[in-house]
Amino acid sequence: MFDFLVTPIRNLGHTMINAIWRLGSISHFLFSILIYSGQCLTRFSLVIREIYFAGVQSLIIIIVSGLFVGMVLGLQGYNTLARFGSSEALGALVALSLLRELGPVLAALLFASRSGSAITAEIGLMKTTEQLDAMSVMAVNPIARVVAPRFWAGVLSMPVLAALFNVMGIFGGYLIGVVMIGLDEGTYWSQMHNSVDLHFDVINGLIKSLVFGIAVTLIAVYEGYDATPTAAGVSAATTRTVVTSALVILALDFILTAFMF
Amino acid sequence: MKRSTIDLWVGIFVAIGIACITFLSLKVANLTPQSSDSTYSLYAEFDNIGGLKIKAPVKSSGVVVGRVSNIELDTKRYVAHVTLTLDSRYQFSRDTSAEILTAGLLGEQYVGLTQGGDPDNLKQGDRIALTSSALVLEQLISKFMLSFGEKSDTHSGQNASAAK
Amino acid sequence: MSSEFFIELRNVSFAYGERAVLKNINLRIQRGKLVAIMGGSGSGKTTLLRLLSGQYQAQQGEVIVDGKNVAKMSHGELYAHRRRMGMLFQFGALFTDLSVFDNVAFPIREHTSLPESMVHDLVTMKLNAVGLRGTQDLMPGELSGGMARRVALARAIALDPALMLYDEPFTGLDPISLGVIALLIKKLNQALGTSAVMVTHDVHKSLDIVDHVYFVANGEIIAEGTPEQVRAAPSPWVHQFVYGEADGPVHFAYPVTTSLESDLGLQGGEHV
Repeated sequence: MFDFLVTPIRNLGHTMINAIWRLGSISHFLFSILIYSGQCLTRFSLVIREIYFAGVQSLIIIIVSGLFVGMVLGLQGYNTLARFGSSEALGALVALSLLRELGPVLAALLFASRSGSAITAEIGLMKTTEQLDAMSVMAVNPIARVVAPRFWAGVLSMPVLAALFNVMGIFGGYLIGVVMIGLDEGTYWSQMHNSVDLHFDVINGLIKSLVFGIAVTLIAVYEGYDATPTAAGVSAATTRTVVTSALVILALDFILTAFMF
Repeated sequence: MKRSTIDLWVGIFVAIGIACITFLSLKVANLTPQSSDSTYSLYAEFDNIGGLKIKAPVKSSGVVVGRVSNIELDTKRYVAHVTLTLDSRYQFSRDTSAEILTAGLLGEQYVGLTQGGDPDNLKQGDRIALTSSALVLEQLISKFMLSFGEKSDTHSGQNASAAK
Repeated sequence: MSSEFFIELRNVSFAYGERAVLKNINLRIQRGKLVAIMGGSGSGKTTLLRLLSGQYQAQQGEVIVDGKNVAKMSHGELYAHRRRMGMLFQFGALFTDLSVFDNVAFPIREHTSLPESMVHDLVTMKLNAVGLRGTQDLMPGELSGGMARRVALARAIALDPALMLYDEPFTGLDPISLGVIALLIKKLNQALGTSAVMVTHDVHKSLDIVDHVYFVANGEIIAEGTPEQVRAAPSPWVHQFVYGEADGPVHFAYPVTTSLESDLGLQGGEHV
């Protein structure tokens, strides 16, 4: 009689159990990656190659997005601050927003969309075409050879990209505030200088981007490694990477902000 | 993609990263005096600290010489007990006065120290005797309204007596 | 401990979850012989291959390769076992981000510390053996299916393995490439003295080159013999398989209980 109630509840339970199982599975996977990372040190060229594909090729999107976000912050910030006669605080506003929140979060989201999905697709495709099997049959551990370099490349690239995003954003704010609107250049930088604290803002922001890097890259390599070895499976895994990464980034951001600030 | 090209680009990537982080650290953030190891603490008591917060700057002649490291309520005398951590490079005389000032009209509040003439200096743990509380906007306005009211009374009083 | 048989499977059973894939398999392969394992799709033949390579672990029974039980191997022993083994995957499974040269050099670089000059010579020799010397700098994406499979073969024999495993080597190839691969498999088996197991359902090419055949259906070995014995086999199943007959022990029609007339509504009842 209550079938229409029971089925959704059953599905919910199923989803929850699935989610917890995946969480356990992904932790186990992280553990394996860490154990087999030794080869990443001895054959660092593997990691360098992956930094190129994950980090360097994201430079354009990070630079352009950072610039635009900074410019928007400049515009909107000026509009609101001018109402309170505090438009000279624009530099501080732009810098603090970027360093604490927008830089790490947006850079991580962009990284997940561009590089995370690419990593998932690549590993998933290697699984589909039996390349990972071929590797293990040749007594080469695919986690050590394929997964770990990509993981470390992502973790190392993320803080760099976040820092670059911040710099471009501050520059974008400068372009709008000083060059376009006409605020005083000295005030822009000095207000920023006074309000931004090295340990509190810059380093916390870097820590955030590092944590995001670990989370996003781990999700990307896991989904790729775990994908169903068909075309549809790889496509679904790629979508899951982007969606899961976005949710995890935002959740982690909340937790980290609560801890740090 | 040739090995050497990849290496080049990754090198550039890492260099950009280091440059950005350095830029952010130096140009954007302020390296606080706390970053130098030698500091000493002074205490000051205020009737009203207004909007003063921990980590607010302590300035003398506009130059940042330290930070507010702690704010507590003294439960015996019900005054605000503020701890100031100052850079050891800067010494102040025993009759230094401390005021809570506002940067700009509606800006952040900070502690301003004005040097006195006493040849002896304040040491670690000393109390600043001369303090001046923050200006609270509401009290200022009510004072203003009161004095305005008085002036118009005396004025109308004068007019009235002149009219007589 | 050298026995006459290089590979022995004794009472091997394997189930994937609850589904039994292989039941009580017994087979023996002599040293240096080329053996084909044939059967329909889903009969468990690829699983057999994976048991030999150690990718799957048999739940029951023993998988003995050169005197050692693969199912019970430690990590280090499995590593050593795979060093002496080469596997050719169905579509080659070449590493798409490496050139042909780097693909063939991969096992050499991973398992030996030979200087690059020696690696270069070895790769050139292996590519020459499969007739593709000169393609070193091409990327796998630029190769045809037949060529990719030949490069994969060169990679599989790079370390002169004692055991070769072929996973459906003839599937999806044009007649010429088919002939080439078959020739290479036979020649390599003779030249290197490897024992080789080939999983396939291409009957005619296989019967031309192998020494012994096993037929697998529903997880069991239902027939075996030399190619001549197989061609003349009395078993109706083998006969249907070898001669590609449309109907026989493996039925043409999907099993249904209703008759065609009743499905069309022509036999009494309601005609909607």
